[in-house]
Amino acid sequence: MKQNSVSERLVNGLIKENPTFVLMLGMCPTLAVTTSAINGLGMGLTTMVVLALSNMFISMLRKIIPDKVRIPAFIVIIASFVTVVELLLKAFIPFLYSALGLYIPLIVVNCIILGRAEAYASKNGVILSLFDGVGMGLGFTCALTIIGAVRELIGAGELFGFMVMPESYVPCSIFVLAPGAFFVLAALTAIQNKVKIAGEKKGRDMSKIQSGCNSDCMNCGESGCSRRLIDETAQGRKEQEPAAAKGKPARREGGKEQ
Amino acid sequence: MIKELLIILISSSLVSNVVLSQFLGLCPFLGVSKKTSTAAGMGTAVIFVITLASAVAGAIYKYILMPFDLTYLQTIVFILVIAALVQFVEMFLKKYMESLYQALGVYLPLITTNCAVLGVALTNVQKNYGILTGIVNGFATAVGFTISIVILAGIREKLEYNDIPESFKGMPIVLVTAGLMAIAFCGFSGLL
Repeated sequence: MKQNSVSERLVNGLIKENPTFVLMLGMCPTLAVTTSAINGLGMGLTTMVVLALSNMFISMLRKIIPDKVRIPAFIVIIASFVTVVELLLKAFIPFLYSALGLYIPLIVVNCIILGRAEAYASKNGVILSLFDGVGMGLGFTCALTIIGAVRELIGAGELFGFMVMPESYVPCSIFVLAPGAFFVLAALTAIQNKVKIAGEKKGRDMSKIQSGCNSDCMNCGESGCSRRLIDETAQGRKEQEPAAAKGKPARREGGKEQ
Repeated sequence: MIKELLIILISSSLVSNVVLSQFLGLCPFLGVSKKTSTAAGMGTAVIFVITLASAVAGAIYKYILMPFDLTYLQTIVFILVIAALVQFVEMFLKKYMESLYQALGVYLPLITTNCAVLGVALTNVQKNYGILTGIVNGFATAVGFTISIVILAGIREKLEYNDIPESFKGMPIVLVTAGLMAIAFCGFSGLL
């Protein structure tokens, strides 16, 4: 497949750099709204729309936005799209709006979106950025739907609201409650670790698989993900690039200028 | 009034704990909980910022957004105000309160994009809290965050010396611990 083509972007978001299963980004909504498959699907699609639109818009404006204020500018663009989508959901899909509640406006602080804007959309063309957003969004949607389906199946014996387990099945309702989310994510990261260890034994490059960063912000070589997102705007991009290359793989190394 | 505030205090800090039942602020919860001392520092900084941010956001909502009928702009306004506020607090502490900056300075940048801060501001609006109630709610939420992060850090310090299966080392075991803590916190739901 051609590097940096539309189809490559879609596959990249869905599989190679799946934001949930590979990069472990945006964990708050992943845990909070996956009580059922339909909620996961709704949240995933909502995020996808915001991601695709903001990626496209940021890519259009990438030559106009001054480098020093790019992060605040990105946040305003993202927040505007989130507001638009929120109002649309409120008007046309009220059941989803009430199910997702607070987590719709909180899409603004989902690090996948700002991460993609910074790593891809601010360096690449409009069409590619749009499809990068769609690919990443699809990957997020699939992951959320799968996690939601697992929790719903174990916790309520249902799938998309239909009873699928036999009558005699006693639902293990802890899985649709808050603790179940932590357990499902724990199992997921354990599987990731297993794959990573097995892959490294065979000598494959597994550096992309992140089990939720190395889980210690205080000794983080990049002085913390939030600092990198907001504070270093004044320092320009050159200093950030080396740190980014060895750190979070959400930022693509050397995304080519188009 | 006092009774109402007390109920908010208990429900926001214990019953619907911000991390363990609402999943907000997960990143610092998992990332800054290796040592009890840093966890407590982070907790203090979060209490400081969230209380301040809910006061500012509440005031802006009541005196700017409401009178001009601009409430649909709340998400955009809140995120910008919070980001700017944290930067200002950092600068202010650095200049005028050296000792406090020494204690909290490292943590402040980690809080800027913490979704709990925005979450509290939005919850205050959603639940129609006034400014004072909003501040109390913000304070209580942050106290809940501090309680859970300090407990998690305590458990993690003990876990260091345990024999954990290889694929559960690191993040997975921390998440299992958090899940068990969440079960324990479910017990508080009978309080109110």
